Amino acid sequence: MSVESLFPRLEPLLPKVQKPIQYVGGELNSTVKDWDEATVRWALMYPDAYEVGLPNQGVQILYEILNELPETLAERTYAVWPDLEALMRSEGVPQFTVDGHRPVRAFDVLGVSFATELGYTNLLTALDLAGIPLEAVDRTDEDPIVLAGGHAAFNPEPIADFLDAAVLGDGEQIAIAISEVLREWKAEGSPGGRDELLLRLASTGGVYVPKFYDVEYHPDGRIKRVVPNRDGVPTRVFKHTVMDLDEWPYPKKPLVPLAETVHERFSVEIFRGCTRGCRFCQAGMITRPVRERSITTIGDMVEAGIRESGFSEVGLLSLSSADHSEIADVTRGLADRYEGSQVGLSLPSTRVDAFNIDLANELSRNGRRSGLTFAPEGGSERMRKVINKMVTEEDLIRTVTTAYSNGWRQVKLYFMCGLPTEEDEDVLGIADLAKKVIKAGRDATGSRDIRCTVSIGGFVPKPHTPFQWAAQCDHETVDRRLRALRDALRSDKEYGRAIGYRYHDGKPSIVEGLLSRGDRRVGRVIRAVWEDGGRFDGWSEHFSFERWMAAADRALADEPVDVDWYTTRERDEHEVLPWDHLDAGLDREWLWQDWQDALGDVEVEDCRWTPCYDCGVCPTMGTEIQIGPTGRKLLPLTVI
Amino acid sequence: MQRLRVRYAKRGRLRFTSHRDISRAVERAVRRAGIPVAYSAGFSPHPKISYAGAAPTGVASEAEYLEIGVNRPCDPRRVHDDLDASLPPGLDVLDVVEARDGNLADRLEGSMWELRLPGADPGEAERAVKEFLAAGRVEVERLTKKGMRRFDARQAVRSLAVVEGPGITAGQETVQPCVILRMVVRHETPAVRPDDVLMGLRLVAGFAPPSPAAVTRLAQGPLDATGEPADPFAFDRAGGDR
Repeated sequence: MSVESLFPRLEPLLPKVQKPIQYVGGELNSTVKDWDEATVRWALMYPDAYEVGLPNQGVQILYEILNELPETLAERTYAVWPDLEALMRSEGVPQFTVDGHRPVRAFDVLGVSFATELGYTNLLTALDLAGIPLEAVDRTDEDPIVLAGGHAAFNPEPIADFLDAAVLGDGEQIAIAISEVLREWKAEGSPGGRDELLLRLASTGGVYVPKFYDVEYHPDGRIKRVVPNRDGVPTRVFKHTVMDLDEWPYPKKPLVPLAETVHERFSVEIFRGCTRGCRFCQAGMITRPVRERSITTIGDMVEAGIRESGFSEVGLLSLSSADHSEIADVTRGLADRYEGSQVGLSLPSTRVDAFNIDLANELSRNGRRSGLTFAPEGGSERMRKVINKMVTEEDLIRTVTTAYSNGWRQVKLYFMCGLPTEEDEDVLGIADLAKKVIKAGRDATGSRDIRCTVSIGGFVPKPHTPFQWAAQCDHETVDRRLRALRDALRSDKEYGRAIGYRYHDGKPSIVEGLLSRGDRRVGRVIRAVWEDGGRFDGWSEHFSFERWMAAADRALADEPVDVDWYTTRERDEHEVLPWDHLDAGLDREWLWQDWQDALGDVEVEDCRWTPCYDCGVCPTMGTEIQIGPTGRKLLPLTVI
Repeated sequence: MQRLRVRYAKRGRLRFTSHRDISRAVERAVRRAGIPVAYSAGFSPHPKISYAGAAPTGVASEAEYLEIGVNRPCDPRRVHDDLDASLPPGLDVLDVVEARDGNLADRLEGSMWELRLPGADPGEAERAVKEFLAAGRVEVERLTKKGMRRFDARQAVRSLAVVEGPGITAGQETVQPCVILRMVVRHETPAVRPDDVLMGLRLVAGFAPPSPAAVTRLAQGPLDATGEPADPFAFDRAGGDR
């Protein structure tokens, strides 16, 4: 049965909403495949506004890979703003995809990519607008499988009741595998309905189906155990790791939106994974091991991406881009290729390292030298040892001195507040550091025209990191320290005016903490917030701390737990954590030891250049570090 | 530096693009098409592409204009084809000429607009148009960036009529039977938009269509004795055989 486009019903609503172009689709390189010729149909959602969701690499990669499969089609859907949501409700227009404007409920799978937990309320809006029951247990064979992925899916427990399934890790191969399971099951006449399908997915061990696991609690609220409730369902679900990124050179044809989006560039992942071992960093822990894309594949992808998109900026993405084994040859080769053209190159996420100034100099050959960003994260030497961010004050001063003497005018420094064991002095240390940075800049250049911006936000302990056991700092303390730092910066007559200060207050971090380390009981809080009007929680103008706290009081009234229990409480070694049955490959004993090392200011090296310290990922997952150098170089492009 | 003048259409779903959306799309299309666009000098170089009198977001158009400065001489026919192929469907190149002297924007003295009003009553529309045209001044209000402004919507209107037949739909979805208004409006400051004329019709005769108008700009150009916009490229074309 074919599915009609909703566009004729949507179109009359568009003149009444802000930025209507975000809802019409038609982006360059987008695809609308024939509905009836496909047997497996995916709706891919990024649960935030189009301007944030469209550039998301994960969605673009899966969209392209799935549409390359002959019997599969994939379309995209994003969170609609409240103005359109109200009109859709009054006119009865359901959640739609922007490609074919087909109703989301008509698809086989609704795949939702959660980069952050703050998209959870937007999932509920989309389900409700789609006409899909919010709770998985209420869904029928007429509803799609609601499947979560992305970093937040490494603890999907707070949204477990709303999900049919979740996958951990790299999506490329598992998306294809799920398509294949679906295709076979449909070819057999969909035996056993959605339960059978979910059972087939779960029995692979690579797809987590929450309803096949029961959670039991101790009387004091801690989890007693999580156990499968059916035969054939494994006790642990493992993450997926794509080996050999050169085999997966996506996106090949980047989506080019008409609407303005947050990243107006073509991005190439130059490697995945990071083993620097920063203890606060969930991404670094769950994406191990490091897998580099080769210099030649990077060059080919940049060339094709620019040709296919017309973008004028290329971003070389990774968790710590300057750590690519051939980064100097990559940047020099690309800078040579695009010298004199209008193509700009950028290298986000670089470490505090003077070598990186050389890279930045190469990349800015074509353009201006405005600002460089570094992330020491902790304000004192001791703090940086706790978080294993191995940067000394000397490193930082040397780096910024090089930057300023090479003509850079502004340096941005990123920090976190509320880290484990943090005292007031650790945060006030940031003010001293910033002053030394300005002094170094003035000494190096003889000019007073240099600036430094301090940017700081609240730390949130994340699952699958050594800080998963840590007490999150309460928001009152975070805010007090942030104010003290502001006063220390502003009160300085000699340097204060050269230092900018940006901060995020502590309250949103508490909600993020609740959602990050929550268990299934937190689902009730999410639902209550959503029913109270909660939407777009990542946007300060829509976020309401009071709404979250009021909903939590109500939803958890009959439980021995509350928001503080989930956030500011330290866990002990043997407490069962809500995500313990989800396997990122990290050895739990190693994580605990690393947490103890953090408390003892003991640092750990990067396993790319020192012997393995047994974090557990490679042997558990059957993976290995894949790094160069390949010894190859980028050749000049032939000009026609 | 050679300058190329481009007439293009904004059709169907792409009428929801804003002016900024279009300028990004054009810059990218120019790069993909390999058109040797010139860049401004200085700290942050910008491509030399200028736009004249862009239609508002949500309004379709058969007559939008832009001008591209290029580094080396280009065949306008080739630019026509290459740029059209690189722009998304719905932003369609209609005409490209090499510029002679003069400022293109100065030649765009007025626009012809078509408004399709689904579900409106033709008799009421006729009456309202007659009263509007008979009035010497019709004061309307519009919320601008500087707050609520009051201005006259009548003087700028050169002609206004209810027309027969389906009119040009510019790729919009077919809708129920509707009243079609066609008008020629002189470009002035503050600009009088089709919406302002609609508000004028409501103020003078209580004409209130049940749903929003689908608006299309049909032409822009110098206003000649006939009262209709003439081809603004006529002067450029008269320049030679290039």
